[in-house]
Amino acid sequence: MILEAKHINKSFHDPVTIPVLNDISFSINKGEFVSITGKSGCGKSTLLYILSTMDTDFTGDLLIDGESMVNKKEAALARVRNEKIGFVFQFHYLLNEFSVLRNVMLPGLKLNKYSESEIAHRANEKLKMLGIDQLGSKKANQLSGGEKQRVAIARALINDPHIIMGDEPTGNLDKKNSEIVFTIFQQLASEFNQTLLIVTHDPDFSAKTNRIIEMEDGRILKQ
Amino acid sequence: MNYTLIFNIAKALLLARWRQTLIAAIGVTFSITMFITLLSFMTGLNDLLDGLVVNRTPHVRLFNDIKANNHQPINASEAYTNSYNFIGSAKAGNSRQEIYNSRAIMKTITQDSRVLGLAPKINAQVFFNDGTIDITGVVNGIDVEAESKLFFFTDYVTTGNAQDLKNVSNSIILGKGLAQKLLANIGDVVLITTSKGELFSLKVVGYFQSGILDFDKVQSFASMATTQKLLGKPGDYITNIQVKLKDIKQAPAVAKEYATLFQIDTEDIQTANSQFETGSFVRTLISYSVGITLLVVAGFGIYNILNMMIYEKMDSIAILKATGFSGRDVKLIFLVIAITIGFFGGMAGLLFGFLLSALIDQIPFNTAALPTITTYPINYNPVFYFIGSSFSLITTYLAGFFPSQKASKVDPVIIIRGK
Repeated sequence: MILEAKHINKSFHDPVTIPVLNDISFSINKGEFVSITGKSGCGKSTLLYILSTMDTDFTGDLLIDGESMVNKKEAALARVRNEKIGFVFQFHYLLNEFSVLRNVMLPGLKLNKYSESEIAHRANEKLKMLGIDQLGSKKANQLSGGEKQRVAIARALINDPHIIMGDEPTGNLDKKNSEIVFTIFQQLASEFNQTLLIVTHDPDFSAKTNRIIEMEDGRILKQ
Repeated sequence: MNYTLIFNIAKALLLARWRQTLIAAIGVTFSITMFITLLSFMTGLNDLLDGLVVNRTPHVRLFNDIKANNHQPINASEAYTNSYNFIGSAKAGNSRQEIYNSRAIMKTITQDSRVLGLAPKINAQVFFNDGTIDITGVVNGIDVEAESKLFFFTDYVTTGNAQDLKNVSNSIILGKGLAQKLLANIGDVVLITTSKGELFSLKVVGYFQSGILDFDKVQSFASMATTQKLLGKPGDYITNIQVKLKDIKQAPAVAKEYATLFQIDTEDIQTANSQFETGSFVRTLISYSVGITLLVVAGFGIYNILNMMIYEKMDSIAILKATGFSGRDVKLIFLVIAITIGFFGGMAGLLFGFLLSALIDQIPFNTAALPTITTYPINYNPVFYFIGSSFSLITTYLAGFFPSQKASKVDPVIIIRGK
């Protein structure tokens, strides 16, 4: 079991208390390709940010790799994100100051597990796997939208995370690029046994995943 | 902690916005340049003005003051021991200005380890006869070698040779103002009437210019022997002993000690010239406050630019945090940016400050009052450079502290969800 949510509740308090998540409990096993779907405002993104450890304002318990994330310090959570979670967002969030290769390398350099040349080699392999290794020396702002999102996926993979989390990763892409990104995710799940948790409101996307968690008004409808 | 990575990211952010960086650094450079130049120039002037007096003033002066005796006979009378005696018109009983037993005193002082050296001196009031007019003046009988070594006498002899006082018998060096009044050229003979009414003729061998006009209008210098001859006194007649100490700060204590030891009047330099110390203190204070104000202004410039940079880089900060950089890492990145600006700006400032003060040092500055000065005075004290560089680092650190604190608190969820 990679990730386990136990009775997660969350409310927004400003200006009045509104419950957003209500007793969410589920777990994700290794190698699963899971999608969370639901209408806009049902709390699916909020749930993802809690699961990603970036949002700590909730009650209940969250276990990643069997370890509770509650009561951990900010620096320790950052370490967990660095080591165990890879992110792909709707927007690519590449740093324009760096080359594509360097962007992919950054989380690896932060983890500091391998030497710099080793990390560069690994980053290059990830780019090759996604078919964009020829773009490595370009600056991030010289790329097309689809290319940028693929670089973001390579960046999510650099530290061999336990789980990749995506928040509408195809939301900004056209049909063709969405297809490419989805194929990459599917390939990661089937060939590399990579665990994936993707939030999407696109029914075509979620229909093709192994498991669908459907949400409505802060509850899980079915999973 | 991977500091190389932090430095690399800071460097990339700095270079990506190199124009802003440059402007922030120029702000620091400018303020440090001005700080260094201002302090070097101000202290140079201070030293010059202090030197005018301090160079030529003994740290401790021993003399016999003309004053009424403290031990008046009525105080010794048994009949009036319990009363307070008011004595009107008490006269100074001691009319001799000579220092008694001067040889022994000088020997004792020379052996004192705190003393750098001493120079004996004789003051003689005279009249310079210029046709029918008598001009009052003072002849200072000096030991040329001791006076030159301790009080830079030769520096102030603008024309002629100070050594001639010793080598030419019956010679005199006149103050520049006095020489002009007497229309006396080098080699001319001036007539002098002593206070006892005797007439002497002395040969002018040089001019003396101290920079203080009133001083130069009355003062003149002759050798000890010549002055003793003028006054008709024997070879051990001395009216002043001028002592220069190794540490000027000890002067008041030493003066007090000698007064009791030798039963003589003493005066220390701090008492004699207290206004100079106050003057230079205030001038230094002004220079420091202007310099520090400049630095604070530069600090606000850096603060602004960093704040703007953080708003621009919100996305980058968010993704760095999402991919595992902690708040502390982000804070360090922005602090490194601030301190880098401070460091390079400060270094350039030190260099330009040095160059600018070296340039000022070359500007001619000729004034009749200061014969030894040809260019504007500059004090190249390394302490200013040390203060300048540490201050540039401290201000930029403080200017970077609050923005980087803010950057470390950026909530990535808000940024990422906002897109």
